[in-house]
Amino acid sequence: MSEPVRYRRERIDRGIKVRADTVFVLATLRDMTYLFLPRFLPVLALLVLPFFVSGGYWEKVLFYSCMFALLALSWDLMASVGLVSLGQALFFGVGAYISGGLNHYLKMPIYLSIPLATLAGAFFCTLLLVSVLRLRGVYFSMVTLILPLLFAHLIETLDILGGTHGLLSLTPFPSGWLAMYLGIFAVIICLFGFRKLINEDFGLVLKGIKDDDRVVMAGGINIYWYKAQAIFIAGGVGCFAGALMTHYYQFVGRSVFALDYTVLPLASAVLGGPGSFAGATIGTFLLVPLSEVLRALGGLRMALYGAILIAALVILPEGLFHYIERKYHQFERDVRV
Amino acid sequence: MQDEIILKVEHLTKRFGGVVAVDDVSFDLRKGEFLGLIGPNGSGKTTLINLITGFVKPTSGKITYRDANITAKAPYAIACLGVSRSFQMVRAFHKLPAFKNLIVPLYSPRVKKFGGGRYGERDDVAIDLLDDLGFERDSAVPYKTAGSLPHGYLKRLDLARCMALRPDLLILDELFSGMAMSEVAATLPLIEKFNREGLTIVMAEHRLKELFRVANRVIVLNFGRKIADGSPKEAMETEEVQKAYLGIEVDG
Amino acid sequence: MEIFIYGITNSVTLALIAIGFSLTFGISGVPNFAHGAFYLLGGILTWIFINQLGIPYLFSAILAIIIVGFLGFILYWGLMLRLRGLVINEVIATLAAAIVIIEVLRYLGFSGFTYVLPEFIKGSVQIGKVWLDYQRIFLVGIGIVLILFLYLFTHRTRVGLSFRAIAQNERTAISLGIESDWTAALSLAFGSALAVVAGLAILPLGSIDTEVGYDILIYALAVGIVGGLESVPGILLASFILGFSQILVATFFKAQWLTVVTLAAIVIILAVKPSGIFGKYKELEERV
Repeated sequence: MSEPVRYRRERIDRGIKVRADTVFVLATLRDMTYLFLPRFLPVLALLVLPFFVSGGYWEKVLFYSCMFALLALSWDLMASVGLVSLGQALFFGVGAYISGGLNHYLKMPIYLSIPLATLAGAFFCTLLLVSVLRLRGVYFSMVTLILPLLFAHLIETLDILGGTHGLLSLTPFPSGWLAMYLGIFAVIICLFGFRKLINEDFGLVLKGIKDDDRVVMAGGINIYWYKAQAIFIAGGVGCFAGALMTHYYQFVGRSVFALDYTVLPLASAVLGGPGSFAGATIGTFLLVPLSEVLRALGGLRMALYGAILIAALVILPEGLFHYIERKYHQFERDVRV
Repeated sequence: MQDEIILKVEHLTKRFGGVVAVDDVSFDLRKGEFLGLIGPNGSGKTTLINLITGFVKPTSGKITYRDANITAKAPYAIACLGVSRSFQMVRAFHKLPAFKNLIVPLYSPRVKKFGGGRYGERDDVAIDLLDDLGFERDSAVPYKTAGSLPHGYLKRLDLARCMALRPDLLILDELFSGMAMSEVAATLPLIEKFNREGLTIVMAEHRLKELFRVANRVIVLNFGRKIADGSPKEAMETEEVQKAYLGIEVDG
Repeated sequence: MEIFIYGITNSVTLALIAIGFSLTFGISGVPNFAHGAFYLLGGILTWIFINQLGIPYLFSAILAIIIVGFLGFILYWGLMLRLRGLVINEVIATLAAAIVIIEVLRYLGFSGFTYVLPEFIKGSVQIGKVWLDYQRIFLVGIGIVLILFLYLFTHRTRVGLSFRAIAQNERTAISLGIESDWTAALSLAFGSALAVVAGLAILPLGSIDTEVGYDILIYALAVGIVGGLESVPGILLASFILGFSQILVATFFKAQWLTVVTLAAIVIILAVKPSGIFGKYKELEERV
């Protein structure tokens, strides 16, 4: 009588990873390449890409991707402390209008209005959201969802800040390259900055708050202060993206508060893997070009993002980045039981 | 100095809807005392601890810690004043290595004042603390993921987390529950040592034999009310206490 | 006098919209962001049944209610269950579902003046100096009937009582044999059906526009945040406060200032009592 042969899937770290993890001195060039290449290559690609797409249609797409990447990264930072924002458009819109408004009404030059928009916008949004922090997480999500939509309504019905027409003829960047590289550097700085932040003790506290805030409080940490800090940083990044976009297009209208600026970063971050900032970036650089390619579908694209979101949540909750990382660091094989 | 009152609880009451969890409890705690808090299940021990440490707001009453009114203050504010507590249900960061669990209290404003804030230094302090508590420095244990540690180790990790805050008042909520005899025997001398070094301790426990060996004073709760307050012998000889504990064996 | 009448109809409208959402949230703990989408879907389905399949109004309405209620159930059973426990994902999932529904409907073009639901009762009556559509009276009537029905349902029937049990303390309810998943799914079905009922009462007053999928959600959230999401009296009170404020502002200032009222109300509540007027979320005591 023969028993059926059974296999089980075994995952083992690749030899090179084991060596890279435990040995302090990287012995061979191969080891070093293994570690540095995944970090170095994308950054390099990002830095040289503008030269390839300059002047063409895809230049705009690259810029767009950077903006959305910033929004996705800011979402991811807030998600790391347990705050699920359903309204990145809030930060984006506030930053856009502050910079646009300062530029339009006060004739402020962009090298002043953009930083101001970043800081003031971060303060404003943090103040708005601070009181919800003491309630269940769901309330935070609901308030972030409703605020940008309300702001958009407000601008339209009160006809303030340009109303339905928006503010036009704002000061552009002295050169398209400047805008592009500002965006790219912002993405790189945020990506690696956030990763470092989350790996340091500060980030550990943030993750602790998300995991179990009672224990964190028993350890003497004011969780609301740290949540506020996370919102401030993330908000600043979002406002910065909004301000950049405003001057790239020399226009700001109520559409900056639209759901599009919430859903696409959300879908990118969830698809890429919440918590891994690299995932948010990868997700954005996948979805934004995809969105451009599917331009013909018009409004249906939003439905597509929604569908991708649901699919990502159900099928691949760990996200693309962790999946790829796992494949890179480990290999799987079937082992006889 | 020895007689300095470190904690003063006055007429503390907590009602949850119709249920009175803590009923008009009052006591003073002196610096350096080792207070045992006992009582049948549901007598309000954990609620009392929650009230003192700020996790639950009292319905009425006043709590004073070292001349500061801490009634209804936020838990993190109370912790920063030097009151540390353990949790009955072990709450650790299961995905983190054991020693990283201690980073959070080491990052608090209270401990930051003692210096050593650069990245990496807290790791060393954490390993030291764990070593003091029985997680051998040279073994793999402090580096293991908290989720993979056996229950006894987790309890000691919780204790380490409390000590990392450098508290003046340590409140333990059923630390020994679920620990094997050997683990209790290993941990008890440590707690005694902390007490001898000046740490005021309140210990809520079910394992009375071990508790009575170290506690010099015991408060008994039943249905939220304080029914005895004195040395272990006095408390156990009170008729009401014996009635409350009917069916539970008490040695000595 | 006009203010009083318009105030009442406006308030009941808001209450109708918010009740379904808050019911689902209070019981299952999941905010159903697809509430507005279901509202819209119900209206459109009814339109299709009437105009393209020739089914009489009443039956179309009932059919739409049942179908959307069923969809709500499926949303929970098929989607939420897989994500149960991961709060982040639950919240995102309902929003994603809402977007899929609304945007697909928008793409299919269900907007504009062709898409009108006939009034249940045609004509209007004059009260004092005000001409009031029968439809609006009908609306208020439905609102009152619904509230009464919900009250009786949650206090007298078994399913309703289990709703309240789960809302109050899930663990205890489960230990008493109430299946929390089933009840949560039912509550989602209920909430969705309520959304359709609200839609059927309100949509005849105008034409269908897919944007309403989001607008309804905004109103439901606003009323919920101001009144306290888990409290029915809070929802009712908030509906009246917001409803009357909106009418007052529209009468004495410009009509467009409605949104300002909503936003101001939210900001004020968040500053003064974030959990809402009758909200009970004392966060700290929840999870020790």
